[in-house]
Amino acid sequence: MAERSFAAEVELLKLGEGETFTGEGILAVTKALLQSGVAYVGGYQGSPISHLMDVFADANDLLASLGVHFEASASEATAAAMLAASVNYPLRGAVAWKSVVGTNVASDALSNVASGGVTGGALVIVGEDYGEGSSIMQERTHAFAMKSQMWLIDPRPNLPSIVDAVEQAFRLSEASNTPVMLELRVRSCHMTGSFVAKDNRRPAMTVDEAAAAPVRDTSRIVLPPANFLHEVEKVEKRWPAGIAFVQENRLNEWFGPDEGEVGLIVQGGLFNSLNRAMELLGLSDAFGAARLPVYCLNVTYPLIPDEVAAFCRGKRAVLVLEEGQPEFIEHELNTLVRRADLQTRIVGKEVLPRAGDYTAHVMAQGLRTFLTEWQPALDLPDLSIAPLPAPVAAQIPQRPAGFCTGCPERPVFTSMKLLERELGPTHVSADIGCHLFSILPPFNIGNTTMGYGLGTAGASAFKPKDKRAIAVMGDGGFWHNGLTSGIGNAVFNKDDTVTVIVDNGYSAATGGQDILSSRADNRARTTRHPIETAVRGIGAGWVRTIDRTYDLKRMMAALREAMTSPERGPKIVVAQSECMLNRQRREKPRVRKAMSEGKRVVRERFGVDPDTCTGDHSCIRLSGCPSLSIKPNPDPLRRDPVAHVDNSCVGCGLCGEVSHAAVLCPSFYRASIVANPGRWEGWWKALRSRLILGLQKRDARVRAARAF
Amino acid sequence: MAATNETARDRIGIAILALGGQGGGVLADWIQEVARHHGWLAQGTSVPGVAQRTGSTVYYVELARAGDRLPILAQMPTPGDVDIVIASELMETGRAMLRNFSTADRTTLIGSTHRIYAIAEKSGMGDGRGSGERIVEAAARRAKRFIGFDMEAATERSGSVISAVMFGALGGSGALPFPREAFEQAIRDSGIAVASNLRGFDEGFRAAQAPVAMPDAIDHAVPQPTTDAGRALHARILGELPAPAHAAALHGVQRLMDYQDAGYATLYLDRLRDIAALDAAPWETTAELARHLALWMSYEDIIRVADLKSRATRFDRVRAEVKAGEGQIVGITEFMHPRLRELCETLPAGIGRFILGAPRLSSWLDRFFREGRHVETTSLRWFLMLRLLAGLRPMRRRSLRYAEEQERIEAWLGDVRASIARDPALALGIVRSQRLIKGYGDTFERGLRNFQAIRAALFARPPGDRRAQWLDDACTQALADDSGRALEDMLAAA
Repeated sequence: MAERSFAAEVELLKLGEGETFTGEGILAVTKALLQSGVAYVGGYQGSPISHLMDVFADANDLLASLGVHFEASASEATAAAMLAASVNYPLRGAVAWKSVVGTNVASDALSNVASGGVTGGALVIVGEDYGEGSSIMQERTHAFAMKSQMWLIDPRPNLPSIVDAVEQAFRLSEASNTPVMLELRVRSCHMTGSFVAKDNRRPAMTVDEAAAAPVRDTSRIVLPPANFLHEVEKVEKRWPAGIAFVQENRLNEWFGPDEGEVGLIVQGGLFNSLNRAMELLGLSDAFGAARLPVYCLNVTYPLIPDEVAAFCRGKRAVLVLEEGQPEFIEHELNTLVRRADLQTRIVGKEVLPRAGDYTAHVMAQGLRTFLTEWQPALDLPDLSIAPLPAPVAAQIPQRPAGFCTGCPERPVFTSMKLLERELGPTHVSADIGCHLFSILPPFNIGNTTMGYGLGTAGASAFKPKDKRAIAVMGDGGFWHNGLTSGIGNAVFNKDDTVTVIVDNGYSAATGGQDILSSRADNRARTTRHPIETAVRGIGAGWVRTIDRTYDLKRMMAALREAMTSPERGPKIVVAQSECMLNRQRREKPRVRKAMSEGKRVVRERFGVDPDTCTGDHSCIRLSGCPSLSIKPNPDPLRRDPVAHVDNSCVGCGLCGEVSHAAVLCPSFYRASIVANPGRWEGWWKALRSRLILGLQKRDARVRAARAF
Repeated sequence: MAATNETARDRIGIAILALGGQGGGVLADWIQEVARHHGWLAQGTSVPGVAQRTGSTVYYVELARAGDRLPILAQMPTPGDVDIVIASELMETGRAMLRNFSTADRTTLIGSTHRIYAIAEKSGMGDGRGSGERIVEAAARRAKRFIGFDMEAATERSGSVISAVMFGALGGSGALPFPREAFEQAIRDSGIAVASNLRGFDEGFRAAQAPVAMPDAIDHAVPQPTTDAGRALHARILGELPAPAHAAALHGVQRLMDYQDAGYATLYLDRLRDIAALDAAPWETTAELARHLALWMSYEDIIRVADLKSRATRFDRVRAEVKAGEGQIVGITEFMHPRLRELCETLPAGIGRFILGAPRLSSWLDRFFREGRHVETTSLRWFLMLRLLAGLRPMRRRSLRYAEEQERIEAWLGDVRASIARDPALALGIVRSQRLIKGYGDTFERGLRNFQAIRAALFARPPGDRRAQWLDDACTQALADDSGRALEDMLAAA
């Protein structure tokens, strides 16, 4: 990875038998893969599983020594297709991505691999980005597991359970010839904890060895007649095998007393929160000694009919705690209870919210409602807390995400906003990536977003006569699929839309990973493949690359031309400046070092003169930079706060450009601070400042004479 | 509230509310380090993702005394179940209460009292800030113990990062059963910026022992006269104006003498006195007029800006603000965009009007003023240029802008005079409507346009229907958006 080192994390991957691993959940999964003898790993970065990709990308030597093949896949579809290696060969393979979005992209390949089935264990690690902090549509990966028949593991959220789940998943996959999905929620990925490590295992067969001895079995390929046979095989062979494995290896768990009038069935990943809810209600303790029977589904698909029947038998009602909707598990439980001819009432969404996080608080409320009806003898405390009074609550502002300080994408949208004043409003098709923050204040630019790399495709229905639509796409989305689905499509269909490709050198939103057009050298991968070359190669004629997005004049001129040029066909503006977050990661230590070595270093930052600022904040409405804020007005006559640039300013230059382009106000200044100046420079500038100071003193005397 | 079995509870839950980039994750790691070092189990979780980009993020740490069995730790703070909340900013302290993480029976709430303004607060066209006082009042009620201080100032003082200050405050709060050395050791073990982080830790540690403290407010001392002319005007203010207007009038006179001269300040006092003569207790209109009139009369023109930009005090302020070290050279570049219009306004009224009235001449001249200029004030050439412009001050009274502004001011004062006896509230509203006029270039023109549109609409109403409330609403609408749509809609509906 370009600007960040994961060397410390790579060291954790080397731990051996009996040593204690302490770290994040997703890193524990990474280690568990090596302990399971995985032969190949792929995936596409994205919160919350980026860390897995980042650490593997930095672990070349370790992986080479173990004979493990790793790829930073071009997309989730690419990653899923890698699992083909486990179809004919006993190779254990794992792929990872952010879900549900990544699973959407991968689903074609997933359907294929699930249809033909696998020989070697195939594991799909999905970071379930659901609930608080999520940046995507709220859907369940569960649906994909069901429709393609892949087993879904949702382990209890503690590191030993998660690590164990990885190892069991491979065995389950092999025992039932079925790919297995490991679902990890965001908090579990980022959760720290410990487990006792095992030695890493070389794969029983490496990808090299597999390639050297090809095996063909056309009955594994999805084409008639095999595709029909696959379906039968799924039902008659793989399904029973999967159930048998889960049951025999007791992958699901039971807590609390064996018998009870009521019981709880919970997804494994929610177990800790449920236990806390029960603790607060006086129904459990810190160690999970529940007073009610709890059946914990570490495998949420398939359900195990015998286990379900045994648990429900003799109970009047069972509450199922299942996050998200539709409530697939609740539906299935009802079916299973019916088939077993039990009279147990399955209660779920009628006492719990249909949407949103199942926090301990939410579950405690639902559980209380459930028990009040089904076990009224229990005396449960009321957990409600008086809300913060509305007049106080009203003071607390929302904090929508925004572009980082000095972000090179900000000027792109400042340009669009200023251009809107000239050309009027335009339909803007947005994309996935940091640039989607444009839809939030202060820019409020963008009409729709249809998915990663689909900005241009999202504008393709617009066949404008006069007013062109603008599509935005990031470099990450561009290489993921936008080149073909967006640009290729626009060329082929003679679309007249304008596409702005934000080329910041990284897959920035997912953590700054390198991509094809990255400008940095990467030992393990090739970079420096320009976007302009790619779009020209696919047939785009009108292409402008702006190599400094902060240059508002050029940026606006390019956009203006793109909007008004008589030329037909797609207009592509490549807006190119390095991601500031990553740039600073590299530059800050370099500058610090140079300073300490006594080398000449120039630092630039911006400021606002509070005595000329009148507190209109136009500058902020055209920027939104975190370093450009407000502070109480030091002028005793004024009330409105003045603009203020804090010390986090990186001197990107946008503030000055905005004051010029928008004819705002003369309050901004740029200060260039020279540390360790050369001798000549020091002498000359000292002389100059003495001269200026002399004149200033004279003026000050004159002013004092006429002063109050 | 919570019916937790206290005997079974050997656990401490800590929620950290921070903004992206403030090091909430680092703080969470330090806490876990300290706990593990003392044989406790520690688990931390968070939901970073997009919130990392400037949004607010909650980190949650649970510590449990290690025993034979592994406890089941929670992955998120549960209302009523959080022992310690640490918030890096005042509104995040508020958010901790909004989400009920802080409760009166259990929680030690450690919150900064400084503000980092949210985008909605920053981008308001006037003052969009939320009230911090209400948050502090609520914090005292909704926590078992509230430790509040300006963590940003502490960070500045120690040359550290806010996460170190928060860590220090946690250590100093005594809410965790670990000694000070253990906290400091965690900072040392991390091996990053150890010296400055220890200083920040110390600041936070000490602040946690002190009472709740808000950030230092700006102190606007009433100016004292230093010259004979100043003393004469000072005497006039005390003699001729009602007491509630004194402070603003003193500031006003000081401003206008600096802006122009004693004569101009005298004009200001004459105008003020005339209105005061029509006003009555509690003299709110006169007091507000003292402020608004001074602001209007010291309108920002090229002369004023050049003067303010080239002063020694300003150079010093910039040096301090950018934290330039000893021996470092600071160059200052301004972003000025004087347009032909502004230049003509500075010229004597006749010449200015002539140029602006001659389309061919002005369009020919205009091309020299289309580009913004980078004015390097610290270079000799530009410094002298700015002083030259500032030196035009004695000619200001003959300038076109002066004539225009005085005409507008007189009209405005006329409106105040006409309404003050009949409807004091309306007169006050007219005085305050001056706040719409501010800024430069496009901003100034928009403000003036709104001001004039509202004035015209007000006086288009029948005399009995010119109400203060309507005027106030109109001003609010004018400040609602910078496209002017809200105001247009209101005026169209009227």
